[in-house]
Amino acid sequence: MAGPGADMQWCFSQVKGAIDDDVAEADIISTVEFNHTGELLATGDKGGRVVIFQQEIENKNQPQFRSEYNVYSTFQSHEPEFDYLKSLEIEEKINKIRWLPQKNAAQFLLSTNDKTIKLWKISERDKRPEGYNLKEEDGRYKDPNAITGLRVPVLIPMDLMVEASPRRVFANAHTYHINSISVNSDEETYLSADDLRINLWNLEITDRSFNIVDIKPANMEELTEVITAAEFHPLQCNTFVYSSSKGTIRLCDMRASALCDKHSKLFEEPEDPSNRSFFSEIISSISDVKFSHNGRYMMTRDYLSVKIWDLNMESRPVETYQVHEYLRSKLCSLYENDCIFDKFECCWNGNDSVVMTGSYNNFFRMFDRGQRRDVTLEASRENSKPMQVLKPRKVCAGGKRKKDEISVDSLDFNKKILHTAWHPQDNIIAVATTNNLYIFQDKVN
Amino acid sequence: MSQNNEETQTAEETPVDQKEVQDKMINSEKSEEAKLKARYPNLGNKPGGSDLLRKRLQKGQKYFDSGDYNMAKAKIKNKQLPTAAPEKTEITGDHIPTPQDLPQRKPSLVASKLAG
Repeated sequence: MAGPGADMQWCFSQVKGAIDDDVAEADIISTVEFNHTGELLATGDKGGRVVIFQQEIENKNQPQFRSEYNVYSTFQSHEPEFDYLKSLEIEEKINKIRWLPQKNAAQFLLSTNDKTIKLWKISERDKRPEGYNLKEEDGRYKDPNAITGLRVPVLIPMDLMVEASPRRVFANAHTYHINSISVNSDEETYLSADDLRINLWNLEITDRSFNIVDIKPANMEELTEVITAAEFHPLQCNTFVYSSSKGTIRLCDMRASALCDKHSKLFEEPEDPSNRSFFSEIISSISDVKFSHNGRYMMTRDYLSVKIWDLNMESRPVETYQVHEYLRSKLCSLYENDCIFDKFECCWNGNDSVVMTGSYNNFFRMFDRGQRRDVTLEASRENSKPMQVLKPRKVCAGGKRKKDEISVDSLDFNKKILHTAWHPQDNIIAVATTNNLYIFQDKVN
Repeated sequence: MSQNNEETQTAEETPVDQKEVQDKMINSEKSEEAKLKARYPNLGNKPGGSDLLRKRLQKGQKYFDSGDYNMAKAKIKNKQLPTAAPEKTEITGDHIPTPQDLPQRKPSLVASKLAG
């Protein structure tokens, strides 16, 4: 179990993906997610493919155990489509993957692109039947009338085969682009959210879904905000939240009414109107919202910061962490190169004591809530010797640059870490650069 | 109190320090805004308003609507419809996109390099 956050020493464990700098668009990683036990790690990419890694534990009882994640299954989840009616190209990029809690021998996950959600079953096959009484030696089918004896096929072991099959396809329910999916704690329903609407589905039923939030104005000229992320409460099956491009979060209770357009709680941090600039609304747009595992807090990520909210207090966040405040003096160029619209995700560790999010230059940041300390680390091939301890990095905002610091102008804004994931129990993290997946492990663990 | 340009990370900042840092933040943000407005004087006054949102909602739109389609069709009604792939210099709306012309988006036949 995770020890005190401040004492964490992160070491390189593995890196997956091609080494060459020439990145094919299809290889851009678009989502990373551990399953509920942490044994499986799924990635989705812009090419619509899903790769699942499985943890193979070596000597878990040893003080310095190394867990290796190896390829378990890979499949093409979504394919590119063209909507001729709307003249719209539908990307196959996997926006989100969410695992279902395991109920039987098979594993299930939901994967979604902009328009369609699919339920995939991943199952193992390590036996096959042999000894059917159907064919002759040369392959011709036997005449059933000529068969006189009963022969029962036997199951014999075979090499493990992992099969992925689409069990449900949930289509045609979203006019706009799906940004989130979230499985309910009831394990029967899930929600999907696009820019203007949120739908509730039953995992068994594909031909209908309930619309539970609709913020589309009657006149599109009056459009002022869009939905950016949504998530079910981890414990209360009636509660979910959705964030907006204006920096607000609305908590809704499905018991209150069928259509949850009226929120139960509105979380918004007051802003001094005199401080507003052209960029204010853009950088306040929330790119990710995540409940804590204990369900008491939620975390939001906007362009420059991470905020922790107590669900009992709507007026302001209880904690705010600056991810890369030095970018505030670069907003003009970040607007011009579109980086200001990058959507960073964030995640909690298993016991909700540390939060993590990505930044530029392949840097990622961790904030220890209890110890009030933070660290900047880098995912790079240069620090990829087995069990090599990661050295904290520092960005110099201005003035004299110290040795080992990197200046803001030297940051590579094409190297973004948008997707990170934390093992649900242990101090193992998965960090996605543009096309590589890094796995780091706490030395002490 | 000496002026310190570095960002401090401790929780115990005196209120004066915090206000100074905050003022610097706002000033740099406002000067960035001035820079942007100087480069793009026609930038809408509505900060990040409907234009940006509409652009976001229309992500993926490849071709204009059927009005453009029909206008372009009327222009070359005597010519044969082109079957080759459109030139990159075509003005949108003048060329009729037909299903044959659309770049065939095939799914990745190559396995993900993460699995390699």
